[in-house]
Amino acid sequence: MTAVSESGAASESGAASESSQPAASQTAPGPGHPAGSWAVESTRLTKRFHRQVAVDSVDLAVPCGSIYGFLGPNGSGKTTTIRLLLGLIRPTAGTHRLLGQPMPAAAARVLPRVGALVDGPAFHPYLSGRANLLRLDAGDRAADPRTAHRRVDEALDRVGLLTAATKRYRAYSLGMRQRLALAATLLAPRELLILDEPTNGLDPQGTREVRALIKRLAAEGATVLLSTHLLSEVEQLCTHVGVMHLGRLVAQAPLAELRAGAVPRAHVDTDRPAAAAEVLRGLGLTDVRTHDAAATGVLGSVAPEKVVAELVHRGVAVRGFTVAAPELEELFVSLTGEGFDVSG
Amino acid sequence: MSAVDAPVAGTRRWSTRLLRSELWLIFGRRRNWAGLAVLAAVPTLIAVAVKISPPGGGGGGPNFFASITSNGLFVALAALTVELPLFLPLAVAAIAADTIAGEANLGTLRYQLTVPVGRTRMLGVKYAAIVIFAVAATLLVAAVGAGLGLALFGGGPVTLLSGLQVPFASGLLRLLGVCAYIACGLAALGAVGLFVSTLTEQPIGGTVAIVIVNVASFVLDTIPQLGWLHPYLLTHHWLDYGDLLRDPVEWSGIRQGALVAAAYALIFCSAAWARFTTRDVSS
Repeated sequence: MTAVSESGAASESGAASESSQPAASQTAPGPGHPAGSWAVESTRLTKRFHRQVAVDSVDLAVPCGSIYGFLGPNGSGKTTTIRLLLGLIRPTAGTHRLLGQPMPAAAARVLPRVGALVDGPAFHPYLSGRANLLRLDAGDRAADPRTAHRRVDEALDRVGLLTAATKRYRAYSLGMRQRLALAATLLAPRELLILDEPTNGLDPQGTREVRALIKRLAAEGATVLLSTHLLSEVEQLCTHVGVMHLGRLVAQAPLAELRAGAVPRAHVDTDRPAAAAEVLRGLGLTDVRTHDAAATGVLGSVAPEKVVAELVHRGVAVRGFTVAAPELEELFVSLTGEGFDVSG
Repeated sequence: MSAVDAPVAGTRRWSTRLLRSELWLIFGRRRNWAGLAVLAAVPTLIAVAVKISPPGGGGGGPNFFASITSNGLFVALAALTVELPLFLPLAVAAIAADTIAGEANLGTLRYQLTVPVGRTRMLGVKYAAIVIFAVAATLLVAAVGAGLGLALFGGGPVTLLSGLQVPFASGLLRLLGVCAYIACGLAALGAVGLFVSTLTEQPIGGTVAIVIVNVASFVLDTIPQLGWLHPYLLTHHWLDYGDLLRDPVEWSGIRQGALVAAAYALIFCSAAWARFTTRDVSS
């Protein structure tokens, strides 16, 4: 019952978000922005595979120093966008800059300052964790070979893998592999970290550690672009949010701004939802809905205590009363027009 | 902690680190040890078999078996002759196919490219590693053959194919020349392999494709009606190394063979570059 009314609401507001799409590009970099204030900046970035458009005119704007949550259902184009940003695949149209430099022209200069975890960990299975990191470091012309062993061990230590450094990668668990991929992004001081689902496969303890690590790196001055489908991760970590849906960036804003835009709803627990709904409507609440044992409505300028008083006055038993802005999850469901399922 | 000793971003150091890492990847891998052991087993088998029962004739290319009992160096030449049509090309094919396709298959390619290892630089290093492997594999067969042969049959002056006897040192030098020439042919095959490796994400499929190119080249070379094609075949001049064992050395075939090898290397390295530098890496 609840599920039905929820999905009904979702499709309604999904349609609404279609029309409000221009708002998404509000914070996109315009010609007025000085170069260098964005760590990642893309203009109408597009990637078409055969007939399918995987990334459709994406205008990313990741401010320097932010932790940018890059959200979207599986298959919405997050990883393809990240591959485009790193120059692994070529855009069908559009341009982008990393740390103020044009890509892919400046890749050799920019990428040493960028740490990336793309599409899960990948290492040579028959080499140890340490040997794998040394191999990656060997390719980095900006890295000093004399400090390689020290930097590798420091990176392993930061992700808690130092004790397993000599184990073959083959013997690593998924969580250890994820940690090793994170360690690879820490081999040199980075100004930008692009992390594609960094807590994937980690146990709760590991997840907490990695989130703390990301916070620490950001505090040290790095910009973090964090792709994820975990809303809790965004709520805990991020200062900015971009939402992908079907290859398009449907929203992009500072998290606080996104929250401020969320209107608070009154929620009444009662055994007579219909009667309660009538009272709410009578008081001027909008978008009033009834549920199994509850009624809700957008509070607007009506004082919450007045609602309770009126309910009691009309003889509607109030078992519980809360006023809350919608959870982030509801916001995103309204933006993507569906639950966090695979996009077609 | 890190800000103080941060390297200046964009500093370009010329270093062999990546090549050494690449070689370590090849020579540190057990699978490749096994392959090299098989290559080394052939001269061992030949030496032991000939010691037990001295031979008659047989085999394509120059026949060295008959000379083994007179001089141990010929074990090396016989082993190279036996391994040239299939074993050595197969070893090079496995290594070459693994270069790009192997990394794509593991997913390590995307991490190498984001380090960043430039795509042209990566191809250069990978090809250098293939060539080094080809040289090492050839020298391994020759060294095991020469070592065992000299131990079992002794050394001394070498009787060339033209009947002339030259001092042992000169014979050894000519053996090295043979190795260099064979390695050239294998390096050209390696360039074909490098190109194939940029086309696929399946190293095994790449290996098969390269071996097919090699075998097809040998097969086409045996069809007289395709005589016009023969000078352009990768393997047409491969067995001409016997000319290095004549006095005076018959250079024309060797020169042709080296030219064909260089042309194949150039064409297929260019093709690999054209393909790899424009390819989407989505593995």
